[in-house]
Amino acid sequence: MAHTLGEKPNIRPYIMVFVALMTLTLITVAVSYLHLPTMEAIALALLIATVKASLVACYFMHLMTERKLILWTLLLSAVFFFFVLVIPTMTAGNPITL
Amino acid sequence: MSTTVIPYTTEIRPDTGVNNVKLGIWLFLASEIMLFGSLFAGYILLRTGNPEFGAGSGALSVPMATLNTVVLITSSVTMVLAWAAAMEQNFAKFRLYMGCTVMAGAVFLVVKGFEYSAKFEHHLYPSHSTFMAIYFTFTGLHALHVIVGMGYNAYLWIPGSKMFHSNPQQFANRVEASGLFWHFVDLVWIFLFPILYLLPDAAS
Repeated sequence: MAHTLGEKPNIRPYIMVFVALMTLTLITVAVSYLHLPTMEAIALALLIATVKASLVACYFMHLMTERKLILWTLLLSAVFFFFVLVIPTMTAGNPITL
Repeated sequence: MSTTVIPYTTEIRPDTGVNNVKLGIWLFLASEIMLFGSLFAGYILLRTGNPEFGAGSGALSVPMATLNTVVLITSSVTMVLAWAAAMEQNFAKFRLYMGCTVMAGAVFLVVKGFEYSAKFEHHLYPSHSTFMAIYFTFTGLHALHVIVGMGYNAYLWIPGSKMFHSNPQQFANRVEASGLFWHFVDLVWIFLFPILYLLPDAAS
């Protein structure tokens, strides 16, 4: 929001986010070669991915300055998304063997 | 001659506070979150339920996927710069950045093509294992999104760019909506990259 036609948007944050995304990509690849224990490796990789995704959503997708209606819509989606992700845990104790 | 005018393509709708283009694309992306969410849930189920899940995943090429990550991140920044150029009313810059975005999409698909053909050469098809099945499902659906996003960006880049001069505000809104979709495609890849390429080996 707050962007009006004819005015040059400030592109500095986009370049900074770009540099941050590249750096985080290098870090996540480098870490994967360290062969950390499974749980640590998963936690770290997902943490880095979440930070990268948040940068894309907040800056490139302008969620930092977006209207409440859009944010509420996304919050609702996020709730359902996490609900769907939790469904597989209901099978715990009954492992699939393939 | 009567033409149907779609309301609130440029002006803000008073009750929602946004134009219909933006609300529409975000509602669509909300449905996309659920589409990919169901696949992520499937991934978790298959992975946690099967200790052998990661076996054989070493066949995936980390350097190729890293290259594609870099390509997609670059295209995301050129996309947002194309939108900034459209807002700024600088046509030459818009053409340049949108062109880069479309080209990066094409590069991503070519690299993906090489990856797929390397898998097929080693007789690694979706039927090979649970991991290959979910690998092809995820990357196939994602590649389909890249094709769609690239197609619409290509339309805005050349044939659709007439609107840049005739209705600049509506055009900038189109670029923004297309950008939101493109960034979402990038965002999905940001998660696919570690879970398909970097982590399966961690389990084995």
